[in-house]
Amino acid sequence: MPQEPLEATRSATSSVAPQPVDDGPLALIRQVVEDPTLSYRQRVQQLAVHAENLLGMPPVGDACREALGQRIVCDMYEGNAPYRPRYLLPDYTKALREGSAYLELPPPADLHEALWFLASMYAQVPSITGYPVYLGDLDDVLAPYVQGMSAEEIVPVLRPFWRALDRTVPDAFAHTDLGPHDTPFARAVLRLERELKQVVPNITLKVQPGVTPDALLLDAVETVFACAKPHFVNHEMMVGDHGEGYAAVSCYNALKIGGGAHTLVRLNLREAVAHHRGASEDFFTDSLPRYVEAAAELMEARIRHLVERARFFEHDWLVREGLVSLDRFSAMFGVFGLAEAVDGLMERDGHAGRYGHDDAANALSYRITRAVAAQVAEREQPYCAGFGGRAMMHAQSGIDSDVGVTAGTRIPIGTEPDLFRHLEAVAPHHQLFASGVSDIVHFDDTAKRNPQAVVDVIRGAFAGGMREFTFNLDSNEFIRITGYLVRKSDLERIEAGARHGSTFLGAGNEAEAHCSQRATKRVVAAERLAGS
Amino acid sequence: MSHAVRGLVSGTLPFSSVDGPGNRFVAFLQGCDFDCIACHNPYTIAVCNECGICVDHCAAGALTVVGGTVVWNPRACTGGDVCIEVCPHDSTPKARWLSVAELVERVRGPAPFLSGVTVSGGEATQQAAFVRAFFSALKADDRLKRLTRFVDSNGSASRRIWDELDPVLDGAMIDLKALDPEVHERITGRTNASVLASLRLLAERGKLAEVRLLLLPGMNDAPDQLSRTATWLCELDPHLPVKVIGFRRHGARPVAQAVPEPGPERMAGYADLLRAGGLSRLTVV
Repeated sequence: MPQEPLEATRSATSSVAPQPVDDGPLALIRQVVEDPTLSYRQRVQQLAVHAENLLGMPPVGDACREALGQRIVCDMYEGNAPYRPRYLLPDYTKALREGSAYLELPPPADLHEALWFLASMYAQVPSITGYPVYLGDLDDVLAPYVQGMSAEEIVPVLRPFWRALDRTVPDAFAHTDLGPHDTPFARAVLRLERELKQVVPNITLKVQPGVTPDALLLDAVETVFACAKPHFVNHEMMVGDHGEGYAAVSCYNALKIGGGAHTLVRLNLREAVAHHRGASEDFFTDSLPRYVEAAAELMEARIRHLVERARFFEHDWLVREGLVSLDRFSAMFGVFGLAEAVDGLMERDGHAGRYGHDDAANALSYRITRAVAAQVAEREQPYCAGFGGRAMMHAQSGIDSDVGVTAGTRIPIGTEPDLFRHLEAVAPHHQLFASGVSDIVHFDDTAKRNPQAVVDVIRGAFAGGMREFTFNLDSNEFIRITGYLVRKSDLERIEAGARHGSTFLGAGNEAEAHCSQRATKRVVAAERLAGS
Repeated sequence: MSHAVRGLVSGTLPFSSVDGPGNRFVAFLQGCDFDCIACHNPYTIAVCNECGICVDHCAAGALTVVGGTVVWNPRACTGGDVCIEVCPHDSTPKARWLSVAELVERVRGPAPFLSGVTVSGGEATQQAAFVRAFFSALKADDRLKRLTRFVDSNGSASRRIWDELDPVLDGAMIDLKALDPEVHERITGRTNASVLASLRLLAERGKLAEVRLLLLPGMNDAPDQLSRTATWLCELDPHLPVKVIGFRRHGARPVAQAVPEPGPERMAGYADLLRAGGLSRLTVV
């Protein structure tokens, strides 16, 4: 930073006018403009956020405003004036089949054309991050173009495309899904992942008993050993909630293909308990329903702004060409800090039991999430036909500014019980969270010699009602932050700037949630600058 | 076999990825007929003689003497394992007599996550009747019969015991401490005739799931011994899964602290020798 010479020059030459001191929003803008760790494009994105925030928030009532001020409800720093949905899942299959007038591209004739078509399309897909969070269920999307090809034949064609994804969509929230069927394409992707060890794309494997063979799961588990991907989802449970046309995108967000989520508003359960006055039993009849409604009100205001004022669905090309449609959208109702909420209520009643370790505490945790889920299922939301006119429950996995509060419905880092008890404790929450819930499980290095053991645990988790399963190994180069990945070496280099926007989130998260030292399992949170 | 048979169990693990194929429930049975220098869990060797020495050392107050018997209270236990450290008899006050039904009950919760169940020790075959009853109960249970049933053993059991277990046993993982009887005796306190017989018998029956070679530098790692071991095992089956394990001091008794731990280079040398002897499925740990 050349600050000192600059000061010296200023005092020495009085003819140069003193630089104006910026305050308020201008100070933030100044900070972005002068931040040597941000690339040109990252600056542009962050400047857009600050510009948006010069506008006022959509109007909400006093109770909602107060809860927002106390950070009991939180708008995820999406920006004050939403002008594109948080997450969009374009129907890439339809785009390839029909071609695009907007892109001026005919339907591709072969695999090369299909890959260039997709690359062109990604550049035109918005989301909260400015990059597409969904790249397609590529095994499915590209199936017509790889017929008869073996994994060995697909790899060399796919390699430059895969590299380009990481370089041109530098955001670890970008996601592709594979499965539940075993295909040469899925195998080619896993092979490339082990070879290239890239942050982008993040990957989910859909797992269905009787359809997804152990051989594919073993290959996927070996890939996690190499690069912490993929993440696994319970296909049957997802189909039950969303139908066949769903995908997991960004960090554990399950949404409809051809649709998406307008917004994500989250409720800090720790703060809800901390601000609760009176008997702990009254929490369920007084504070909790009040704060759930505050979050729902904020959500409704933001959806209305997006649809009615910014009129996204009246002008975007994806809507015009039928690649997304409003009737497949809903919004995500996030909760986090369940662990602290449970422990706080237990303490008030003089109980020592803690979430994850004590049956009574666990029972209380289920009571809380069920109460929230019931109220969210009752509360109508506008423009949410994609989920019966209601918001979807989401166990929000945190943002980089969260301190002393545990992501979603997780058990706090470093305090997790043994793996079996851990899974047993968290599993009952999973069915409630249609749009995603994340418990990151940590295996030690011995699992590398016995990948079948990990496959067994994944299958058991899904048989036991878990919706999603993510695991990490101590020894690999990646750290899974909230759902996305950062490379340890990138974190070390962060002072000098990083190519992936999400690495910054990881840096804040790493510092505040010490997630790379997860005792023998997992993590906490990040996402404040997701809008940037 | 009756479910009323009881076994002395030093502990159970709902999940283990190091005790056989896939994820497994493990029951460690108390008591072993060998006295190996390198034993990693020496507190499982002897059955508690109720001397009560550990009771005074337990800061958590989890141990009491009731009617001449040391009683462990798991609720008060803080897991410091001072009891195990001070025990002069290579035992633990935490081993409990469990019925087959009680042990089966512990398998039910983790069952959906498992490939199978392993009984280890101690030396599991010392309580063969209990093992057989436990495995029979698993096999007879509709929800648990898909689990494979393995024994992790020092191989000292007689043919009669293997015959008894055979109808309910899917596989055995056997330690071979040394091929030479004298070396074996120096390490374990016993000669190895029964171990070699067990290996031969289990291989014939297709139930030898793995042979473990725990190598202690200067004691059982002579190149000539390793070459002959490979030849002997190849005669049983050249495709036998063999795991080469380097000695680690962690958990072992003071008597073993003078034995050096083999480094990666030495381990690679062992593996080369054994492969040269014809073993095709070798893993090095």
